[in-house]
Amino acid sequence: MQPVLDSIALLGRSGLDKVAAIGRSGMILAHAIVARPDPVQSFPLLIRQLYSVGVQSMIIIIVSGLFIGMVLALQGYTLLVDYGTEQAVGQMVALSLVRELAPVVAALLFAGRAGSALTAEIGLMKTTEQLSSMEMIGVDPLRRIIAPRFWAGFISLPILTMIFSAVGIWGGMLVGVEWLGIYEGSFWANMQNSVDFFDDVVNGLIKAQVFGLVVTWVAVFQGYDSIPTSEGISQATTKTVVYSSLAILGLDFIMTALMFGDF
Amino acid sequence: MDFFDDIIIDIKQLTFSRGGRYIYKDVDIRIPRGKVTAIMGPSGTGKTTLLRLIGGQLKPDSGSILLDGDDIPRLGRSELFDVREKMGMLFQSGALFTDMTVFENVAFPIRVHTKLPEDMVRDVVLMKLQAVGLRGAAQLMPSELSGGMSRRVALARAIALAPALVMYDEPFTGQDPIAMGVLVNLIQKLNQALGHTSIIVSHDIKETLSIADYVYIIADSGVIAQGTPDQLQQVDSEQVRQFMLGLPDGPVPFHFPAADIATELMEGC
Repeated sequence: MQPVLDSIALLGRSGLDKVAAIGRSGMILAHAIVARPDPVQSFPLLIRQLYSVGVQSMIIIIVSGLFIGMVLALQGYTLLVDYGTEQAVGQMVALSLVRELAPVVAALLFAGRAGSALTAEIGLMKTTEQLSSMEMIGVDPLRRIIAPRFWAGFISLPILTMIFSAVGIWGGMLVGVEWLGIYEGSFWANMQNSVDFFDDVVNGLIKAQVFGLVVTWVAVFQGYDSIPTSEGISQATTKTVVYSSLAILGLDFIMTALMFGDF
Repeated sequence: MDFFDDIIIDIKQLTFSRGGRYIYKDVDIRIPRGKVTAIMGPSGTGKTTLLRLIGGQLKPDSGSILLDGDDIPRLGRSELFDVREKMGMLFQSGALFTDMTVFENVAFPIRVHTKLPEDMVRDVVLMKLQAVGLRGAAQLMPSELSGGMSRRVALARAIALAPALVMYDEPFTGQDPIAMGVLVNLIQKLNQALGHTSIIVSHDIKETLSIADYVYIIADSGVIAQGTPDQLQQVDSEQVRQFMLGLPDGPVPFHFPAADIATELMEGC
């Protein structure tokens, strides 16, 4: 009987821990969002974080976007050429990218590159007592450390997604037009006719904005809430990538159903 | 004059537990203003926890911690950050901001809490660094400093805003004899020159007693002895004597509680 009771108690404790963690993450998000910005001190911090979170993620975004656009064009061509509709490659590449692949893949890459770095950085600051010393100096680390990183991630991901789409389309053009010989006029005209700014581009950016919020929220929370040991940071970094990736894929399905589902 | 005519911190009936174990139970501690008070005791008795309770980083189960009349555990988040401007804390690891130079680290609290022009910030920082003997290291990064230098920079940062209270968490741990001597000297001289109150948490008996005006010895969830360093030498308690003389065995046993060794060895046969 005792082992059963112990298991139930363990389950209950684990449930309470999860609820408490959700509560703490909500508090952190609330502080990051409502923190009174001090333009003189906050703006340079935000710029520095935009550089390390956004600008330094550009290489991986550009290279990935280029290859994904090229692969899409190649796959699309081999499929469409059988039906004599290879002119639609541009349309296929653009729609796939702006609606789905750019927001999702850019967010997954962002979680792996910038999210894990944010978690590790904040976790290490906690381990080395830098956050505690900041508190004792009378500076709230949620405003000084967490808020600029959160806003930098929130702002960066939609921009990175746009770059991903643009480079991907260019990669598709390189393969489709320059290599496989699709007529350039048809490539661009089909794309222009089929891609709607609000239905496709804006909806894709809304997805990117939601992913930016979720990934950065998970990353800063995991870092701030990490156990201050080397193992704790390792676990927190892993959790950031796993939770962010699952959240991106799950939310993508829900948003796709809401935006593009015709029920 | 009595030590406790003027007290800066008054801790009353403090109880704090973690993981079902009492760290402090109904503890009363008073810290006299302008003096060096040492909190000593064996490892794991909650000395650093006490500093975190005073700093408001931990909340007690019950009891009050009055800093100049402000009850720390009952302050709101923003009030707590305001009160912390009266405190400076030297962490065991130094806890310097690793992305800033030594100069920037010391300037940080000044820039955040004052609106001094930049040339005055520079002067104040250089004076603080001069006081700890590291003006020449102003442009170094924390990764380029030795452990002792890191603590001296952290000390300069802790006193940057001339706080009323400076707390030192294990300042002598892991220091070579020269660095230790420098730190002992600095803590004493800065306390005298700046007139602030110092709380030193340490288990380095000789160094701490050489500069402390008053000492609390913490063990078994409470204060087991208190007094001036001279008074403590006369305390007739086996537990205090074991700690003061550094005896390996006594009321604090050498062995962690375990089953009889013969029984345990025979179990494997």
